[in-house]
Parts: sequence; C-alpha cells; structure tokens
Amino acid sequence: MIEIKDLHKSYQTGATSLHVLKGINFNVKEGELVSIMGSSGSGKSTLLNILGMLDEADAGSYTLDNVPIKNLNEKIAAQYRNKFLGFIFQSFNLIGYKSALDNVGMPLYYQGMKRKERVERSMAYLEKVGLADWASHLPNELSGGQKQRVAIARALASDPKVLLADEPTGALDTKTSYEVMDLIQGINDEGKTILVVTHEEDIAHMTKRIVNLKDGVIIDDSFVNQVRAKANV
Amino acid sequence: MFSRDKWNEIIESLSSNWFRTILTAFGVFWGIFILVILLAAGKGLENGVKQGFGGMATNSMFMWAQTPSKPYKGLPKGRRYNFKIDDVTAIKDNVRGLKFVSPRNQLGGFGGSNNVIRGLKSGAFNVYGDYPEIIQQQPMDITSGRFLNYNDIDDKRKVAIIGEAVKTTMYDSGEEVLGTYLKINGVNFQVIGTYKKKGNGGGNAEEAQKEIYVPFTAFSQAFNQGDLVGWMAITADSQHSITALKSDVFDVIKKRHNIHPEDTRAIGNFDLFQEFNKINGLFIALKGIAYFVGILILLSGVIGISNIMLIVVKERTNEIGVRRALGATPWSIRGQILLEAIFLTLISGMTGIIAATGVLAIVNSFLDKSNASEMMFINPSVDLGVVIIALIILIISGLLAGFIPAQNAIKIKPVDALRTE
Repeated sequence: MIEIKDLHKSYQTGATSLHVLKGINFNVKEGELVSIMGSSGSGKSTLLNILGMLDEADAGSYTLDNVPIKNLNEKIAAQYRNKFLGFIFQSFNLIGYKSALDNVGMPLYYQGMKRKERVERSMAYLEKVGLADWASHLPNELSGGQKQRVAIARALASDPKVLLADEPTGALDTKTSYEVMDLIQGINDEGKTILVVTHEEDIAHMTKRIVNLKDGVIIDDSFVNQVRAKANV
Repeated sequence: MFSRDKWNEIIESLSSNWFRTILTAFGVFWGIFILVILLAAGKGLENGVKQGFGGMATNSMFMWAQTPSKPYKGLPKGRRYNFKIDDVTAIKDNVRGLKFVSPRNQLGGFGGSNNVIRGLKSGAFNVYGDYPEIIQQQPMDITSGRFLNYNDIDDKRKVAIIGEAVKTTMYDSGEEVLGTYLKINGVNFQVIGTYKKKGNGGGNAEEAQKEIYVPFTAFSQAFNQGDLVGWMAITADSQHSITALKSDVFDVIKKRHNIHPEDTRAIGNFDLFQEFNKINGLFIALKGIAYFVGILILLSGVIGISNIMLIVVKERTNEIGVRRALGATPWSIRGQILLEAIFLTLISGMTGIIAATGVLAIVNSFLDKSNASEMMFINPSVDLGVVIIALIILIISGLLAGFIPAQNAIKIKPVDALRTE
C-alpha cells in the first residue's frame, strides 16, 4: 500500500539547515496497523506529514496504492488527500461552527457529493462511532473522546485507502484513549490500513507493528503481539 | 458554484461573529449611502434649475435687429434696419436643420403704460403677435379655450389668449372669460383662451403670466406694423444644435439687408442652447464630484472589509489547514474567501442603497408638501442606471476586498496551518 524509498527531508531554519529525515525506507501492506514511535524531534511527525502529502520530501520516492506521489500541484494533492487519506489529529481539528454531522460530511462536500447523500453517509459513519445521537451538536458540546470519534468518522467518510493518525490519544485521558484505540482497532479489523504516530508505549503496543524512529532514521521495525484495547477499558 | 452548501458556509462563517460583521459592513453601507445621496442631491438641484426653463425648447435662440457697425455697399454704419416677414421664409428655405422659425412682435413691456381696457378696468400687459408654433418653443398650459391656429393667422382674426394674471386683473372672479372682448390699444380682440406658463421663470415668474397672445398677422394689421418683424425665435431640430446653425441664419439676414459679412454687431442674439449647456456642464461637474467623493468613502469601507477578511483568514488558519487536509483545493478556499467578501459588500451595499432610497422618499414627500415651484430643489432621485453602476462598483470592490485575503489564505501550507494550536 505504502512504499517509501530513501526519503530525505531537511528544514531551513535561518542559516542552519536541520536534517530531519535521513533516508527512510519503509513499506506498509494493505490492512496493517502500524505505529510510528520516537521521541520529539525524531522526525515522526515530519514523516507523517509527507505521507499525508501535507509536506514534500526533498529526495526519495513515495508510492501510495501504486500511484507515485511526486511533484504534485496543490489541486491534485488536494484531490489525492481527499481520495486516498483520512486524517486524525491530536487536537481533533473539528470546525467549531459546524455540527458533528457537517464535520463528518466535509470530505464528501469536497468530493462534490449532493447534500442528501452526504447527510446519509455522514450519519452512517457517526452511527459507526456511536455518536448518532450527537449529530446536531457543535464540537464544543462534546467531550474530548467524542470529538476524537467524530474526527475518526470524518477520516473514514471518504472511504480512504489509509488512515493517518497523529497522536490520536495525545489529548485524552487513559480510559478515553483506550476507547479510541478500541475504535481504531475495530476499523483495522475491517481491513483498513492505519498508521498511528505516538510516543506512548501502551498505545503503540495496541498496534500490530512498531516502527521506531530516532534522529531521522528507523532504528527498529518489528511486529508485536497486539494488545486489544477492549481488555483494558 | 452557488450551491446551497456554499451559501451555508458563507452565512455560517459571517454569522460566527455578528458584531464584527455588522461593523465591517457599515463601512460599505455608509459609502454607498453617501454616493447615492450625493448623486440624488445633484439630480434634485439639476431638476430644480432645469424646471426654471419651464420645458422651453432649449435648442433655440432669439435674434433681433441692431444697428450695423460697418458701412457696406454704399450704406453707412449706424443706420437702422428691421427684419421683414420675407426673411422668415428665406431662412426656412436656405438653412437646413431648423425646426421652427417664429417671427414675433410686441407691444408694451416692463413698466409700460396701460394699454388694455375692458369696461372700467385697465392694465399694462405685454402683447405678442405670434405664430402657433410659439407654444412649442415656450410651452404653456392652456387652462381654458384654445391657442392660436393657422386659420387665425390666415384670416387675420382679432383673437387673444390671455395669461392667468391678465384674467385676474381684467375680470371679476367667476366671470366668464371666453368670448368677451378686450380693447388693446383701441382695437377690440376676442378672448378665446387662457394660459398658465410652466416653470418658475426666475425673475420673470409674475411677468410671464401677464401676457396676451394674438395672431401675428392680426397684430401687424391692427397696430400698423406692415411687414416688420420685431424678433425671431428659432429652434433647431434634434440632429443639429442651434449654436452650429446660427451663423448660417445670420448670413441669410446679412445678405438680404446689405450688411457687411464680417459685421458681428448688426444682429443681436441670445443663444439659449449655449446657456443651457453651461448649466449642463455645471451639473456634469457636480456629478463627477459626487462620484469622486462617494467612491472614496466607499473605498475606505472596502479597505475595512479587506482588513477584516485578513483577520478572518488569520483566525481561521487552522480551519483552512483542516479543510485542505480534507481535500479542499486552493480554488475552493480562494472562492470561499472571495465569495464572503463579495457577499458582505453586496449585502451592506444594497442595504445602503435601500436606506438612501428611503431617505430620498422621505425628503421627496416633504418637498411635495411644500410649494415645489418656489424651490431650487425638485425630486432628488437616482435612476436605475446609477443603481446598476453602484452594484457593479460594489461587486468589483468586493472582489478587490477579498483578493488579498484570499491569496493569503492559499499561501498557508496545510502543514503549517495544522501546527498552530
């Protein structure tokens, strides 16, 4: 599903150049649930941004579902993001003045889907994350866990190839974190490819494979025995 | 592009901060309000001044004989000459583009002695010998009876049309006027109509109602004028300006009366068209000033909108980043910001136009109640064209207001936008 070869990325900060990714090689097959770990500054967020086409690599190749991601203009990048990727953020990033239902419908809106169909689809995904009753509520009327579940529903709405989660439990307490992870595991069980960036060991062990990043290189990449979140709730 | 969703988005984002939206909108509201009021005030003044012409055919001139200032063909300078009735046909035959050439004669005048008698009553009035066309050059309302016609001219009928002021001086109130006789300089004329002059006529307002019109031919015969013509009122048709045809008319007269071709003093004239154009120029300048001031005020409103949109973009950096991560193309973001700006400008602008129209309606109802003919200010209004121009200005300014913020919005990289927390 995802193939990355010799990926480099550096940031220019004033006169000095910061080499963040120093040759990343890494493949993800369909249906995998991978966590990317590393301390802050290890380059994990940068890697995720490149995977999410929010940022571009300086060198190396990136293939997503057999489509080479290279020299995209903004319009095509936007279309690819919409079609291939679903994003889950640490700070949820819901749009404050839109109801939960409308937030979930956003990717569908940008696909140009008609309103009626969009509402139906969004409702179905809200139901899937167990928030059908909260459809008309604004984000600030929801708890953190609920917000993240709305965000997950939104990420799923366009039926993307890959879900990218950037510290999805970073702003949540342990119990809620596990609930969210349970949901993510459930989605993965249905066959969706998911990448989770995290720095929490327990969260990482709820995935099937842990990739450890340090100073811009992968120091460890191993499959683990998945801990089911449900058992810990 | 104009789907319901798009509108929802716009309404949602504008209504997320009502107070700010209204304050911003007020700038444009005020600009367009001032623009419309200024234009309408200019129009009102124009209407008022032009009404002073009383609907007179403005493409006209008046021409009279003076004394030649150069000797010519053995004739001395300083001699007296008069226009003759044959001059009228000569002018009509030789000059193309003239609509009316009316010869006129006059008795009495300002401060003249009493020349009209009826029974025990007498009065001093201006008595004009005229052709029927004069009513089209100096319009008047016939309040009873009729005006002169060509049967009166051909038969040299001794009939008269009298002004409202003549009627009140020479008749008791309620007395029947039509069919009675007035003795003008000892000759009896039958009254066949009464008139009321249009317009406020400036200083002549009262004098203009104290006139008596009789057929030119009857006048000449009754008062021993022979074939003399006192002066002429000449009107050009709509394809020509009288100012352009003037010299041709003078040439005909000069030739017929042996006047030196370069003698500029022999024929006196008053060119109404030229005077009218001067006033017209004044109003064009006034309109220019109104647009200038109005658009400048509008501009400050537009800058206000642009400013607010910049802040809105800044505030919504994160939201824009999310939208782009979810698949919003740069154009959809740009379109959103532009539409918001245009929408805000249009709504506030249209409110401004409506408010200005409302104020004008109130002003008009007050003006209507007061005696409008005494005013220099009548029916201030703007026509549909001005409103359409204002709307076009609004759309363009909305686009301008939204352009820079929209560019800013798409310059934000999604990754940077998401980093701000």
